[in-house]
Amino acid sequence: MTVTHGGSHGTNTGTEPVDVNDPKLSRFDIVREGARRDDIEIVTYESQFEGTNSKAEKRIVRNIALLFVISGLFALAFVVLFIVLPWEFELGNHLSDYYTPALGITLGISLFALGIAILAWAKKLLPHEVSIQDRHNQPSSDDDRLITGQTMVYMVDELGVQRRPLLKGAIALGLAPLGVAAAAPLIGGLIENPHKGEEPMMYHTGFDPVSNNGQLVRLAREDGSPVRPDDVSVGGQITVFPGIPGGSTNHYADSPTLLVHLRATDAEATRAAAEGDEINKGGMWGNYVAFSKICTHAGCPASLYEQQTNRLLCPCHQSQFLITDNARPVFGPASRRLPLLPLEVDEEGFFVAASDFREAVGPDFWERP
Amino acid sequence: MKRRKLDLAQVPANIGKGLDDRYQAATPLRGLLNKVFPDHWSFLLGEIALFSFVVLLLSGVFLTLFFDPSMKEVVYDGPYTALRGVEMSAAYESSLHLSFEVRGGLFMRQMHHWAALLFMASIVIHMARIFFTGAFRKPREANWTIGVILFLLGFFAGFTGYSLPDDGLSGTGLRIASAIMLSIPVIGTWLSAAVFGGEYPGELIIGRFYIAHVLLIPGGLLALIAAHLGIVFKQKHTQWPGPMRTNDNVVGERMFPRYALKQGGFFMAVFGTIALMAGLFQINPIWLFGPYLASAVSSASQPDWYVMFMDGLVRLMPAWQIDIPIGDGYVIPPLFWPAVVGLGALFTLPMLYPSMEARRLKDHKSHHILQRPRDAPERTGVGAMAFSFFFIATISGANDVIADKFHISLNAMTWAGRIGLVLIPPLAYYLAVRICLGLQQHDREVLAHGVETGIIRRLPNGKFEEVHQPLGPVDDHGHPIPLEYAGWVVPKKMNRLGALGPAVKGFFFPVEKPVEAPVSPAVPPVTGSSREEITSGR
Repeated sequence: MTVTHGGSHGTNTGTEPVDVNDPKLSRFDIVREGARRDDIEIVTYESQFEGTNSKAEKRIVRNIALLFVISGLFALAFVVLFIVLPWEFELGNHLSDYYTPALGITLGISLFALGIAILAWAKKLLPHEVSIQDRHNQPSSDDDRLITGQTMVYMVDELGVQRRPLLKGAIALGLAPLGVAAAAPLIGGLIENPHKGEEPMMYHTGFDPVSNNGQLVRLAREDGSPVRPDDVSVGGQITVFPGIPGGSTNHYADSPTLLVHLRATDAEATRAAAEGDEINKGGMWGNYVAFSKICTHAGCPASLYEQQTNRLLCPCHQSQFLITDNARPVFGPASRRLPLLPLEVDEEGFFVAASDFREAVGPDFWERP
Repeated sequence: MKRRKLDLAQVPANIGKGLDDRYQAATPLRGLLNKVFPDHWSFLLGEIALFSFVVLLLSGVFLTLFFDPSMKEVVYDGPYTALRGVEMSAAYESSLHLSFEVRGGLFMRQMHHWAALLFMASIVIHMARIFFTGAFRKPREANWTIGVILFLLGFFAGFTGYSLPDDGLSGTGLRIASAIMLSIPVIGTWLSAAVFGGEYPGELIIGRFYIAHVLLIPGGLLALIAAHLGIVFKQKHTQWPGPMRTNDNVVGERMFPRYALKQGGFFMAVFGTIALMAGLFQINPIWLFGPYLASAVSSASQPDWYVMFMDGLVRLMPAWQIDIPIGDGYVIPPLFWPAVVGLGALFTLPMLYPSMEARRLKDHKSHHILQRPRDAPERTGVGAMAFSFFFIATISGANDVIADKFHISLNAMTWAGRIGLVLIPPLAYYLAVRICLGLQQHDREVLAHGVETGIIRRLPNGKFEEVHQPLGPVDDHGHPIPLEYAGWVVPKKMNRLGALGPAVKGFFFPVEKPVEAPVSPAVPPVTGSSREEITSGR
């Protein structure tokens, strides 16, 4: 191990050039000469141990060797467990429950031991070093800056775009459309008109009779079975979907609706509020009322219904809607009430939607009337 | 003819010669091997992000071998009985398959997720280090900007990845993303329709997010990380002030062998930590959430932590809707401000900060020496302000969980967040600036008067005073000559000066015999049996 105390003492401090072909030079002398040529001064480079074979060094070498062995053993354990343990999930308490933890512990310890071994090697065994390198952060010389600048301007001059206005115009006319052509397939392909067709996506849900051949759409459970008024007990609520094929799938993501059977007193208040509203007028059926479940704030299902206060809470951003007052937002970031689904009961005694929602369902947007 | 013997000892040298003949590599390679790096633990925070990214790439490639980015409806028929017979998308089904029926699949999934969380966390901590030490100053402004963009890309990489399994939480996140797009004035509905291919959710989004998550965003990350490291390499790392260190040099270790070895060991340690977390801590148990249904969500639906600040801002926003009474009327929903403007500001303000600070201080010099946070109190105050804002927004992203666990009213949590978001950041600014000035002043006091020794002396006139050990030379009267403030650590305890024994090493028991404290002949030893009881106060 080469021990050097740089600076004041020692004849060769690495600041003077040396002949690297000199056979008397040690390997470290050559390394230091290389560093000197890179404007690096090795100020200190000293072994952490006294002598070449000290007890302290041997102990550290033993420990590092042990860490490498531990790493290897746990890597081996990882491979063995990976192969041997049952990996397929089975219900109940089973050995497969320990598959992932076993992999994590063995691989983790293996990698960790290897990391510590390498770190200990670097930090405990290798000599301490302080080197100083010149940062070379001076800008290029003024001459070089001038030359490079002039060269670039020269290039532009040679092309002669400035002198040949026809070319300038031709480039603009020729290349601009090509640029647009490059972007057109991407943008053009992606664009979808959100307001096209008979059933514009922002104002249309599965309860629109259009999606049921003009017939009024029944309110259905998730499995598609229709709902009678008797199915919902007083104070109860149920999530309903359009009673059409696939009505409860994500294809009709705007359609989930909350059907509430209100207590008589609450129903009175709700009816008074609805009748006093131009849009919601006549939307209730008996003591039943249905509001869109899709939060008008960010579109999560507002699914937590508090029976005592008749509030509906959206668990995503905590907007709260007061059912008895046209589902008006009373707390949180939502600024718009939940749209009401007008209810009727058909001749077979099932709930149907008298029409689609009379307001846009779901998160708010710019051009909502 | 004499047969030439192969001299094995000469083989490496000959290979080297051959290579240099062809590629002229010896000179640049020498420079590379010799490059000097300054060393400090805080310079390794960015490395954690880099190493996590490597783990992300490795584990991510494994996941793609089994994942099916399709929204086709299938019926589950796997070993997880709770979901058997349930209709779900092929994406969710393949994620379940990956978790339950692929050897080591769940381990790899959890490794990928934990590595992603660690990636974002180390980016934020690294960014804080850069900010509070002023490492973003000229000439490193561009690299700071690249770093901010890397956070943004990581944010989107995380969000797209979170959406892929198509479980209950993913779908809810997508729904909110769609609502955020809808909230943008004028183009909102068009943007959402373009991204989702029509009405939300459509049948394309998983496929589109998949290609973004595995190709476009990682490609961008890889390119920017390469640029980030390339610039660090070219400009050389900043260093703390200290002995021998100037603005024109780098004091540290040469890259090989010690520095590179330490990096390698650190990588293994980070990798091992991620593996341990992946094995022991469950993350994103998608089978509990079920497939995404537009009608179902569970309470306590939180995004990954680095998206929570945005969710928190959205929760705290008051219901301020702007109606524009033109024609049929137009609306700017309240969601627009926190989600679009807020996110935009949180990314553009940091990007602009270096030029704002340079302009305010009229500082156009290059800086390669770091500043301690206390030496730039205003910057530290601004940072404290930004981070307290981020912190309040983040915990507000879980305010329902806090309200539930600590039995606090949910509405009270929301109001606390709203008020806190306005009041706490200025308070944090004030406190940070005061603390910085106080720390600075204490450094200056020690430089001017010396270190407190703990020795009290009584003067002839009855006054008590503490003896100070000067750090530098003293004048004719024995008073210390004030030392110049250098913006670096000032020793404040006698054992730092070697006047008392150093702190005893060892964790549970001392690994070495404590060094005998050098005792001044003027002061009797504190230990031993020579103490005498004071019998009289007079």
